[in-house]
Amino acid sequence: MKSLTLIKGATLAFAGAALTLGTVATPAPAADFSGKRIEWIIPYGTGGGSNAWARFYAPRLQKHLPGEPTVAVKNMPGASSTKGTNFFARRAATDGLMALGTSGSTQFPYLLDDRRVQYDYKDWEVILATPVGGIVYVNPSLGVTKADKDGMKKLQKAALKFGSQGATSLDLVPLLAFQILGLNVKPVFGMKGRGPARLAFERGEVRIDYQTTPAYLKRVMPLVKAGKAVPLMTWGMLDDNGNLVRDPNFPDLPHVGEVFETMHGKKPKGPAWTAWRAFMAAGYPAQKMIFVKKGTPADILAAWRKAAQDTINEPGFKEAAAKALGDYPQAVGKKAEVLYKVATTVPPSAKKWVRDWLKREYNAVP
Amino acid sequence: MIEALLAALADITSGHHLIYLFAGVAMGLVVGIFPGLGGIVGLSILLPFLYGMDPTSALSMLIGLVAVIPTSDTFASVLMGIPGSSASQATVLDGFPLAKKGEGARALGAAFSASLFGGLFGAVVLTFVIVVAREVILLFTSAELFMLTILGLSMVGVLAGTSLMKGVLACALGLMVSSIGGAPATGEFRMSLDIPYLGDGLPLVVVGLAMFAVPEIVDLLRAGGSISRSQTLGRGWLQGLKDMWLYKWLCLRCAGIGCIIGALPGLGGSVVDWIAYGHVKQTVKDASQFGHGDIRGVLAPESANNAKEGGGLIPTLLFGIPGSGSMAVFLGGMVLIGLEPGPAMVEGKLNLTYVIIWSLALANVLGAGACLFLSKYVAMLTTIRYAFLAPFMIMVICFAAFQAQRDLGDLIALFGVGLIGILMKRFGWPRPAFLIGFVLADQSETYLYQAVQFYDWDFLYRTGVLIIFAITIVSAWMGARNVPTGESDAAEAAHSRVQNMRPQAWFATLVFAFLAWGLIDGLTQSFLGGIYTIGIAALSLPVAARLMYLTWTNNTAHTVNFDLEVEGDHLQSADTPPLLHYLLWLAAFLAAIMLIGFWLAIVGFFAIFLRVKTDASWLRIAVMTVCGVGFISALAWIMVLDFPGGLLQEAFVLPWPIG
Repeated sequence: MKSLTLIKGATLAFAGAALTLGTVATPAPAADFSGKRIEWIIPYGTGGGSNAWARFYAPRLQKHLPGEPTVAVKNMPGASSTKGTNFFARRAATDGLMALGTSGSTQFPYLLDDRRVQYDYKDWEVILATPVGGIVYVNPSLGVTKADKDGMKKLQKAALKFGSQGATSLDLVPLLAFQILGLNVKPVFGMKGRGPARLAFERGEVRIDYQTTPAYLKRVMPLVKAGKAVPLMTWGMLDDNGNLVRDPNFPDLPHVGEVFETMHGKKPKGPAWTAWRAFMAAGYPAQKMIFVKKGTPADILAAWRKAAQDTINEPGFKEAAAKALGDYPQAVGKKAEVLYKVATTVPPSAKKWVRDWLKREYNAVP
Repeated sequence: MIEALLAALADITSGHHLIYLFAGVAMGLVVGIFPGLGGIVGLSILLPFLYGMDPTSALSMLIGLVAVIPTSDTFASVLMGIPGSSASQATVLDGFPLAKKGEGARALGAAFSASLFGGLFGAVVLTFVIVVAREVILLFTSAELFMLTILGLSMVGVLAGTSLMKGVLACALGLMVSSIGGAPATGEFRMSLDIPYLGDGLPLVVVGLAMFAVPEIVDLLRAGGSISRSQTLGRGWLQGLKDMWLYKWLCLRCAGIGCIIGALPGLGGSVVDWIAYGHVKQTVKDASQFGHGDIRGVLAPESANNAKEGGGLIPTLLFGIPGSGSMAVFLGGMVLIGLEPGPAMVEGKLNLTYVIIWSLALANVLGAGACLFLSKYVAMLTTIRYAFLAPFMIMVICFAAFQAQRDLGDLIALFGVGLIGILMKRFGWPRPAFLIGFVLADQSETYLYQAVQFYDWDFLYRTGVLIIFAITIVSAWMGARNVPTGESDAAEAAHSRVQNMRPQAWFATLVFAFLAWGLIDGLTQSFLGGIYTIGIAALSLPVAARLMYLTWTNNTAHTVNFDLEVEGDHLQSADTPPLLHYLLWLAAFLAAIMLIGFWLAIVGFFAIFLRVKTDASWLRIAVMTVCGVGFISALAWIMVLDFPGGLLQEAFVLPWPIG
């Protein structure tokens, strides 16, 4: 592992640099990463969304970290992302030279007490959180044009199939949502990702599907325009206080809670709903997060947080991020911490309910 | 379309794009030459440099890399008998015997010209088909894809070699080994023994190297001397080109096969070479020389595997669904430069699509040209005494193996499955059949499950399924003509000098036990999680039982009787060390890795092996070690890769690259 002599020296130089940058939100940190290489563990392969997210951020963070170290993305896929995450938990020092990028599929095994998990989110400090939304759409042949009372009644009568990666994956959220809304949906497992599921939708093999925001905007919107798909609802998004609100990217689409209210005339509640809220929060509004180890000295932690802040304040960042990650406010500082809390805490009762439900419905044990 | 095509040509031939294309091609050549390293490694090295590049340059570089790997990986397949990447495993079967006969130059000439032909064919197909392919691809549902995996599995008959029984069993073994890990339908862990590494299943690159590279290295070491017996490469580059021209229709058919299989999302390109090879073997009149150096056995996989990349780009660009591992990384690269695959690629962004196609064509020309030029020098490797090459080979295949999961388990699996590969080679079990089973297991199970869910068993009556089924029957029938069964004929009997069949019987028993374990494990799973392995076991266990009977009763006249340790040509010299000798070397190496980690172990292995097995001075050994280990260390640094650690690294935190 690399040496730990970071603290000395460059205070003045860095303060100067910070002044020229002109965005001194936090006190100028004394940390300096000059000539260092920061390893950023991504517990996913080089083909997926988490990799794209990390490669989007790496050069930007690199520019804003004091001393402009090399930020090297280290892909460590395996065991549903628990392998790379366990590696980080075991190996990261408190020198800020190793960071971790997690995704919803890293949060879920943790929340479900998967036996492969040897990491605890409480041991880490969050630097940044990237939200993403989910949009449900259906085949027009169902005759449903929107998620109003009639539309949902029609949908409830249809026997639907849904392409899924597995009940304990992020697909837990749609599966549970369909159940709460009383839809007759049978999952077909073994899809190798959301892409193949969308392909099955295009072939007409499944008539209900969902995609995350970037994939929806780029790959489903053309279908919607061509009259081959009808968007119905979103998972919603969390506001600054953690309340469920409409997805800002899709202000015209109701979220699942609203749809329930339209159908039944009252707000959803009960253990299923509590569980859905908890896992939805863990899977989407704080889907991807950057962490360093807890106990990292204050100056290094501050340098990381400032770098994240400076990155998202950079001119042109918002446009670039909207294109690459979906148009959601990237959360840093206090906001990131709120999201991190929501995403990694699930009431024990909700956890138990979900575990029982997975066992009962899908014979799935995390 | 024509304007877009010409605009793209102007774009790509303008200045710096061409330089990036050259860079990609150069990278692809280097990565391809090293056994086991393929597109995934090459793209992983390039990824960090992509961000911020302009799309045309980045695309040229990516395509340059992807396109030439199936060309340059031929070197290792033909010259070393080690698949250069998973795309040219089948090339080994006839390419390597040709090299041993001193016809390496001819084989390479034929391979590169076939690669060029296939690559250009793929580019042409892509040009015209991309505009209409979307609807066609959507016709292939899970049902048709399942039937295609069955078509692939039916090739086992052709690849079975002398004994259909062993072919079927090798395939079943491949299917069963591939079933280790999460079940597609339920995610239950099958046969994983609670080992996290096995939970993800064994990676293809590890199994491919274990089946072909490990046994070959051991055999070459035992044989002593250099790879090329004749110490010359032979002339015959031109002969190779002429061969390609002579069999141009065969190449055309194989290129077509490569394109189609590559274009089907989810089928994966890793079997393209085998299917092309099997197709040719079953359709030619005289297939007796296949496996002993028939030039058609080189032309077929090589024209198919380059054409595959063109085909593979179709689903990648149109649907964002990669057809193979390297396409998945290519897709990652596209997203990084801000390009989203989708229908827009043939509407608004047709220009960029044609940049890709032109790059593909250009890269194939450059790659084949460079390979022809380089081959004289690369081929000299075969005249070096193998003991000098072996440490490098072992190092590179280990490196290639552990970049799969970046886990010590990769190396353990490499040597563990490698041992199975060695035994299969010894007892004449067809390793291609094993590999076909291994590659198609996951797809066949997943698509069968999905097809039944979507269409019920009625899926069997779908038009597409019936058409593919008919093709399968024809293909199996054509293959069956060449497969000997039952008692062997007189010539074979003379060949089978093996009197003691005990070792074969033990191996058959081992296979039986493993299949039986699969059955027992399947019974403990839920219905959907276990039914597939139960099915494989139920079909194959009777065959395994029959083989056990034949071998334990010492039925030496039967075609199953084969033991390379009794009739192999490496035994002609009296000082050939026993098989166990080099197995112990490998075991000691693996033990050292588990103890002190890969980096220290490979340094030690270089030093000790070279000292014991060659007469090199310590200085020369030091230079070789520094060059070899320095090279992979640099590669690992660029790829942000830790070498697998051992107990030492568990106990102490050590600086990179040791820790």
